[in-house]
Amino acid sequence: MANTNTQVIYGLYDDEEIMLKAIRKANDLHLNIMDVYTPFPVHGLDPLLGLSESRLHIAGFIYGMLGTLTAFLGMTWIFTKDWPVIFGGKPYWSVPAFIPITFELTVLFAAIGMTFTFYIVCGLGPGVTNEMLDDRITDDKFCIAFDESEVNSSEVESFLSSTGASEINKKII
Amino acid sequence: MSAVVSQIREPLVRGHKSYHDITEDLVSPTERAPGVGWVIGFIISISLLGFGLFCITWTIWHGIGTWDLNRTVGWGWDITNFVWWIGIGHAGTLISAILLLFRQKWRTGVNRAAEAMTIFAVICAALFPGIHVGRAWVVFYFFPYPNTRGPIWPNFNSPLLWDLFAISTYFTVSLLFWYTGLVPDFATVRDRAKGFRKKIYNFLSFGWVGSAKHWQRWEALSLVLAGIATPLVLSVHTIVSFDFATSVIPGWHTTIFPPYFVAGAIFSGFAMVLTLMLIVRKLLSLEEYITLEHVESMNKVILATGSIVGVAYLTELFVAWYSGYVYEQFAFFNRALGPYWWSYFGMMFCNVLSPQFFWSRKIRRSVAWTFFLSIVINIGMWFERFVIIATTLARDYLPSSWSYYSPTWVEMGIFIGTLGLFFTLFLIFVRVAPVVAIAEVKSILKSSGDQYCGPDAVHHHHDDHGHNHEDHSSEVEEAKTAIEEKVATVVESLEDNLKKLEGIGPKVEAALKTAGVKTFAALAETDTDTLQKILDEGEGNFMGNSPESWPHQAKLASEGKWDELEKLQDELQGGKY
Repeated sequence: MANTNTQVIYGLYDDEEIMLKAIRKANDLHLNIMDVYTPFPVHGLDPLLGLSESRLHIAGFIYGMLGTLTAFLGMTWIFTKDWPVIFGGKPYWSVPAFIPITFELTVLFAAIGMTFTFYIVCGLGPGVTNEMLDDRITDDKFCIAFDESEVNSSEVESFLSSTGASEINKKII
Repeated sequence: MSAVVSQIREPLVRGHKSYHDITEDLVSPTERAPGVGWVIGFIISISLLGFGLFCITWTIWHGIGTWDLNRTVGWGWDITNFVWWIGIGHAGTLISAILLLFRQKWRTGVNRAAEAMTIFAVICAALFPGIHVGRAWVVFYFFPYPNTRGPIWPNFNSPLLWDLFAISTYFTVSLLFWYTGLVPDFATVRDRAKGFRKKIYNFLSFGWVGSAKHWQRWEALSLVLAGIATPLVLSVHTIVSFDFATSVIPGWHTTIFPPYFVAGAIFSGFAMVLTLMLIVRKLLSLEEYITLEHVESMNKVILATGSIVGVAYLTELFVAWYSGYVYEQFAFFNRALGPYWWSYFGMMFCNVLSPQFFWSRKIRRSVAWTFFLSIVINIGMWFERFVIIATTLARDYLPSSWSYYSPTWVEMGIFIGTLGLFFTLFLIFVRVAPVVAIAEVKSILKSSGDQYCGPDAVHHHHDDHGHNHEDHSSEVEEAKTAIEEKVATVVESLEDNLKKLEGIGPKVEAALKTAGVKTFAALAETDTDTLQKILDEGEGNFMGNSPESWPHQAKLASEGKWDELEKLQDELQGGKY
């Protein structure tokens, strides 16, 4: 995500409702939106941008299963093969006693795996610096951005000004 | 937008905030120099922490013999404090995870600080098992790793080892959840900062830009983490209770322990959240974000969990008697009437009786009462753990080995040290990160801001008929709305919103306006006798309203001195001096 040398033309809106209307208009005009930046998650945005549902939860399930197997098979191997010890007259392979740790590792693996996957697929992490189009996007501005090489600039400018963008700018990021 | 506005719910963000106001209010505490209160608090906390570190060093240097533990009482303040701190952490996860699943919007005001509290409380808790094992330098033996000693593995059948896994998982998951929530807010701080400060926050914000896809994934991640943190938080205190319940000690060996411990944990955790948040909201002037509605909601949770704890205590007593098992009966007789009777009755008073005050709405919404009771509950829950642990152990099966345990200065010092550690970390957190989740508060503004819902609402939504206003008539409607809003503002400039003054509600306002007092200026010129007359003659019962402060308040309002007015209103009680 770091510097990609993209010439971006973007409009800033003062309210998410105006921005959502503008995106609907852009879809009618078949303008190719590069990205939308908002200070908080705006609901109703994903279908307008044609974003498919995140598959993070599927990844989470797989990581969780990995944790389940690690814990359960690990304890099984240790207590039946590697170093069997009798505790309190119970069998070596005492399944009920393995459940708590199996559960904890399931949760642990799912949480760590999902969180790291999230940062990796988003290209975020310690030391990453991404250029902001405008510093107020994390405050109170809602931004629709277009890649200038993919759209007709004058058409985009007139679209942005007619849909109520309070500012229209260009920037290379 | 499709914001659903409930007119029944009270607003959760007050003061007619715009998005920018929210950023300004919540980021500014990290930008200005710390106040005197903060500095004093920090010096006290870090001194206590220093003394705690000294006592820990003393313990490790001289050994566990510096504590008053003996052959009979093997667990004393160490495990009492461990369970107490772990319990306190539970409220953070409950607020951030369970309330997220239940779509409770009031969580947004307090979740950030509560999660921070969870993490700091778990750090304090984890300290105790680490040092009470005696040889703290080989504490890594707990962890199952391929080693050169056999390899010898820990006992996976032991609840104490389950506890290790539960606590480490709990800490890790809470930390990930908390930090991922913080990333967008760190970006907000970054984009306002300059120079070196910007560099630091750039690092902390992981390069967040607020892209639509990132937000989508961020929400998906939060939801799944909440989903798995919910059973996790229930499992943690369940496993802590297994430390006791799987033993064969009378008074410990009971099936009621897991639910009773979990309820007690949430109970004490909410008490600690309230203690902290009431201080924070005052010090950082966050009254508009952490409102009385928030306080009341938390007090309701305290009432519910406190009553569960009360029922559990009584059930234990009943079952001890009903079981016919003499050792169990003796354990409870000894708790209530033995040498530690004072801790049993302290526990009963603090945990069973004191939360019952919250049946009264007045007390639930009173900051002073809530603060006082939250501390009482914290003390009570500490007593509970002490009663369960030390009282039970001191009188075991053999009267010849009965003993009495009282902590040494080292044990007390370590406990005080963890209090110091907790508050030191919390005070640093308050300075470094936004205490209230900025992005999340912004996302509920249009459904819970007081300009959108409640008696002070000025915006009215025209989308009652759902989402289908994509048609072209929506543009006409939009123009109409714009005109209506303009008219409303003009009318408003002629007639002031008198409800902004403390002691004036919608009914009093209506009475005043019928009597011709329509603006702040007019109210400022009216003397209290005339006002009292208006009230006496007005429609409705205004017995409780006293106009003594209204002209003064109105004068400040008409001159636009809102800050001064706010200060005055803080001192006023229901509009009375």
